[in-house]
Amino acid sequence: MKITGRVWKFGHDVDTDAIIPARYMNTFDPAEMARHCMEDADPAFASKVQKGDIIVAGKNFGCGSSREHAPIAIKAAGVSCVVAQSFARIFYRNSFNIGLPIFESPAAAEAVQEGDVLEIDATSGLITNLTRNEKYQATPFPEFMQQLIAAGGLMNYVAERVKKVGV
Amino acid sequence: MGMTISEKILADHAGLAQVSPGQLIIARVDVVMGNDITAPVAIKEFEKLGLDRVFNPEAIVLVPDHFTPNKDIKSAELAKTVREFAKKHKITNYFEVGRMGIEHCLLPEAGLALPGDLIIGADSHTVTYGALGAFATGVGSTDMAAAMATGEVWFKVPETIKFIYHGKLQPWVGGKDLILHTIGDIGVDGARYMAMEFTGEAIDSLPMDGRFTMANMAIEAGGKAGMFIPDEAVLEYVQERAKRPYRLYKSDPDAVYARVVEYDVSNLEPQVALPHSPENARPVSQVGNITIDQVIIGSCTNGRIQDLREAAQVLQGKSVHPDVRLIIIPGTQSIYLQAVHEGLVETFIKAGAVVSTPTCGPCLGGYMGILAKGERAVSTTNRNFVGRMGHPESEVYLTGPAVAAASAVTGKISAPQEVVG
Ligand code: SF4
Repeated sequence: MKITGRVWKFGHDVDTDAIIPARYMNTFDPAEMARHCMEDADPAFASKVQKGDIIVAGKNFGCGSSREHAPIAIKAAGVSCVVAQSFARIFYRNSFNIGLPIFESPAAAEAVQEGDVLEIDATSGLITNLTRNEKYQATPFPEFMQQLIAAGGLMNYVAERVKKVGV
Repeated sequence: MGMTISEKILADHAGLAQVSPGQLIIARVDVVMGNDITAPVAIKEFEKLGLDRVFNPEAIVLVPDHFTPNKDIKSAELAKTVREFAKKHKITNYFEVGRMGIEHCLLPEAGLALPGDLIIGADSHTVTYGALGAFATGVGSTDMAAAMATGEVWFKVPETIKFIYHGKLQPWVGGKDLILHTIGDIGVDGARYMAMEFTGEAIDSLPMDGRFTMANMAIEAGGKAGMFIPDEAVLEYVQERAKRPYRLYKSDPDAVYARVVEYDVSNLEPQVALPHSPENARPVSQVGNITIDQVIIGSCTNGRIQDLREAAQVLQGKSVHPDVRLIIIPGTQSIYLQAVHEGLVETFIKAGAVVSTPTCGPCLGGYMGILAKGERAVSTTNRNFVGRMGHPESEVYLTGPAVAAASAVTGKISAPQEVVG
């Protein structure tokens, strides 16, 4: 699968309160959350972002709370995937579980600039910067995570397992 | 090869003799926890599976604490979803308003988190139970849903960083100061994906409440768990509370650590983390003249009885500064009651503070003390991110309860000694 999109660039340690402030978490309606996506990092983000755009950020993206609302808000805002130097662990887990593709690539996080257009091969993790004509390789996912992706997320994986072995 | 406490707990719950860092395992969990924000999302996912029962109703704990007593209609709907799910699946560890507390104060207090447990919670501060020698970590709602169905969770076995705190702490210095100092040193991703293990002379003499505070903020360094080796203090804490067997694990002498970090804390001052990151920690004497509008004493970090006692010691016979709102939130109903018995609540009210029912409330910018644009708060909570407690242009300074109480009296960030000598 290939993902192509235009880049919005963010810095280090973007926390989950910046991604979706708790003041909007009295709902878990994805469309509602999308309207406030990244609000405390860039108040205009939700109005600027276009379907398919890509977020590129520095280290420790998604640090802070366990709220799954964070990757859900990003996905619902139309963002196709997130590339970062590194991810906070709960955000990393949650993204897999809800089916938001993420790629860990320090080289991409460093070189890519806002407005660049990237093409990402989701299977191999090869990131091509169409604007700058550069290539970066994302860290491959462990095998178990690939199984999760193949199953279509954690709940599908669990549904299969429940069917096979019972609870 | 020796194992750390974290590796041993994970190995035992995965039915393995040995695990090592990096290994992916599927483990059985003892407790699955969720709150009024995260559980509704998990419930929706769980219901998609079409199962008529959860794996074990007794192992599931539901605590509506973030926006309860319901702050608005939408929150009321969330709380209702959790309540109805608990009824339907006969989940007895559901804590209604009036019996609830902030989840991470409540679970240990109610004997629901025990040494040796493997616990997941759909809340990042689930790491708090590491103070008891449990391996406890935060997950998202989908993980919670999967675990409610199967009782299992997949984990990557983390590496461990060992922290050794040498020396004896000065008066007014406690768990909050140790952990802020540590995060200030290693940074908000200094322990990313890793278990933190807290040891040393200063830890041995740290009361349980201070240990909960430290374990609680392991996540603020990116940690997967914040572990303490259970000792006499832990045994004393759990003996009367436990209603099921528990097990005390400790790290082997030849356990392997990613690194070992040592601090001499004998001269450590009370710490303050400046906006907008917990890693901006510095000694209170170096903060300068910062006037404040509000002080919060409470949360899963510092809403326990020791914290309230410390605050009361500072506030005894004093008055809250005319320009400051002091909001005190006991972590649970029994902490609240204890504070009433000990006369702490009277001290607070006489000083001009408000005392609230247990709730997360302002900690995450929910309600009960939201900041306006440009306002500044001192708070004993754990996060001072942009917009965490209200307007994106408000500021939060993180401290322990003594500095918070002293600052409420002087109207600016102050060391406790400035108020009590
Ligand atoms: S008190 Fe604050 S940090 Fe703790 S569980 Fe509640 S919202 Fe989260």
